[in-house]
Amino acid sequence: MKEKLINRFDWLTEADVVMSDGRLTIAVEPAKLREIARFIKECGYDFLVDIVGIDYGDDLGTIYYIAKGSDTADTIALQTKSDNRENPVLPTICDIWEVGQVYEREVHDFFGIVFTDNPDLRRLFLRERWKGFPLRKDYDADPAINPIPDRNELFIDMDALPEMESDEDGEGRTWKMMYDDNDYIINFGPQHPAMHGVLHLRVRLDGEIVRTVDPHFGYIHRGIEKMCESYTYPQILHLTDRLDYLSGAINRHAFCLCCEKAMQIEVPQRAVVVRTIFDELTRIASHLLGWGSMCMDMGAVTAFIYGMRDREKIMDIFEETAGGRLMVNYHTIGGVAKDIHPNFRRRVKEFIPYMRKMLKEHHMLFTGNPIATGRMDGVGRLSLEKAIALGITGPSGRASGWANDLRKAAPYAAYDRVDFEQVLRSGGETFDRYVIRLHEIEQSLRIIEQLIDNIPEGPYTAQVKGVIKLPEGDYFQRVENARGQFGVHITSRGDKNPYRVKFRSPSMVLVGALKEIAPGNKVADLIMLGGSLDYVIPCIDR
Amino acid sequence: MDMSRKTRIKDMRYEDFNDNEYLEKYVEELRRGGTNVVVAKINDIINWGRSNSVWPLTFATSCCGIEFMSMSAARYDFARFGWEVYRNSPRQADILMVFGTVVHKMAPVLKRLYDQMAEPKYVMAIGACAIGGGPFKSSYHVVMGVDKIIPVDVFVPGCPPRPDAILYGMMQLERKIKVQNFFKLPQQPEVKEEVPDIAKESYNHEREVNQ
Ligand code: SF4
Repeated sequence: MKEKLINRFDWLTEADVVMSDGRLTIAVEPAKLREIARFIKECGYDFLVDIVGIDYGDDLGTIYYIAKGSDTADTIALQTKSDNRENPVLPTICDIWEVGQVYEREVHDFFGIVFTDNPDLRRLFLRERWKGFPLRKDYDADPAINPIPDRNELFIDMDALPEMESDEDGEGRTWKMMYDDNDYIINFGPQHPAMHGVLHLRVRLDGEIVRTVDPHFGYIHRGIEKMCESYTYPQILHLTDRLDYLSGAINRHAFCLCCEKAMQIEVPQRAVVVRTIFDELTRIASHLLGWGSMCMDMGAVTAFIYGMRDREKIMDIFEETAGGRLMVNYHTIGGVAKDIHPNFRRRVKEFIPYMRKMLKEHHMLFTGNPIATGRMDGVGRLSLEKAIALGITGPSGRASGWANDLRKAAPYAAYDRVDFEQVLRSGGETFDRYVIRLHEIEQSLRIIEQLIDNIPEGPYTAQVKGVIKLPEGDYFQRVENARGQFGVHITSRGDKNPYRVKFRSPSMVLVGALKEIAPGNKVADLIMLGGSLDYVIPCIDR
Repeated sequence: MDMSRKTRIKDMRYEDFNDNEYLEKYVEELRRGGTNVVVAKINDIINWGRSNSVWPLTFATSCCGIEFMSMSAARYDFARFGWEVYRNSPRQADILMVFGTVVHKMAPVLKRLYDQMAEPKYVMAIGACAIGGGPFKSSYHVVMGVDKIIPVDVFVPGCPPRPDAILYGMMQLERKIKVQNFFKLPQQPEVKEEVPDIAKESYNHEREVNQ
């Protein structure tokens, strides 16, 4: 790839294209960004993993992580910078990778970078009247500047939507109407019982048919990324659990792996295996809850109660070993926090046959139910190309036939030594997304079964220094959590606090998928579609 | 009447609860001025009914909400206490249960929901975040405790609190309801709901956004 790039673009020098952290990193001028981005896309890199904004002090920059759709482990990083702090302008790439649109909006919200030609640059998380850009290093967090509002703000789209002109540098905004007077718009959320968290959807309806969906985020934006910059690495671990709390252990694993990779810590095998078992148990618990609440969205409260019943078994296993139910807080940098409880093996072994039996029951109760299948069949189709363009990873992407499981593509922890299948379906419809979760539970049980009798003896954590400092550089690590690829980007300057931390949330793009699949369906199905995508909002808002 | 009999919940004894002094002080305050015997009897009956069918309005923003789900599911089963009818409309709810972090953007929504609830109403703040910001104490966008916005009756600490702890908090609230005088409930300040004047507030984009 490196030769290809240098041959194609004569202005690229050897120094601009370096291999670091296992991936090609290319530094380009903003003016050349689009040109090179197009070429990269032509080479098969059609999955934009994430855009990371960074405040370098003098410059504001972005890093684009791009992967191959056919092999999601193969990543390229593209870096660019703008030295104008007052009016930073970068070219958009949202016409090249569709999902870039929302990522750019996020960077715009946090850093104030304007992406020319991006059609929708409203603020994403913060309210429209928020002063300042919080992730800039010179941001003034004085509560007097941004007090707690005492009443709701009107939405900017009630009036018009800003649109960027490319020829002027950041100044020329034109305004176009998003809705017209005849449109019927209803608000779902932010506090809606079926919305799986505090998501706010502005839905344009035509009778009972959904025409457009416009998600509003930020109702649970907790500023985690900014907080990370003033915390030490072990402190940050507590925040990762609270992002996507349903796959808390897996997120934490990603952060641990990222730090371990940077510090080159060898994790003892016992910890590796125990971590994997914990991850898989978390995945089962998450899928059970996702399954239950999706069924509840369709009116089957029984399924929810059944899912929660089985989930409690896992909570017991967690509690015994780690002390926490939902927030296990178990993985640490270098290993795990404590050795496993003497009952751990027995309990897990009891759980596996129990869960298998219950899965049969779940299938019998709901999967085969003609009312349920009648509602799910043929609704909300997401094609494979769209799934890749929108970056829909995880079970939802695999339901469209996209093999994106990182446990297979880039095995971490103990996944390279176990035998399991990556469940794929080809329909991309609601039923596929529904049933794939139950099949994944089966596979997770298989993984646990192979590992539980083979937990090696030895220490459960490596020797780690009291003060953890990462060597200077950019690190990026992804893991497969229950919703898709969860990524951690750390920029370190060699201090005990990171310089910048960014999390790639798999849920954020899932809401983007809702925008794609909901139009044309009934309002009642909108809720079900949301349930089938199974997003977790605090992970989006961070 | 003897406090321990009056505030009885299932087979929990009076001594099993913490913070009994609070309740005693509260009763003393309420008793000031005395009560009519007949009214007191009716009052007890009403409170018995009220305290056993507290309908919560769910306000679950994040992680703690999952523990609320566990609480409502089969194992912890809060239906035993008559609380299972959780309402999704503030107009029908008795108690606002705040689970999870409340951030700036959400604060007006919470305030509004509280204002829309009918009297008598109660609030429970559940989890470290709702009590005082929790792990997000140093964040720029988190409200450091819902008591900054609305009055709170019961705090349940934990991150997240176990379902048992939430049940315990609910029982404490039930006891509080039991000792209240239904005919002389504490006065809440009156709220006028403001209807924003769209014309007045309408954005002048050029000025506002470009600053
Ligand atoms: S208290 Fe803890 S568990 Fe509850 S919402 Fe806050 S961070 Fe999440």
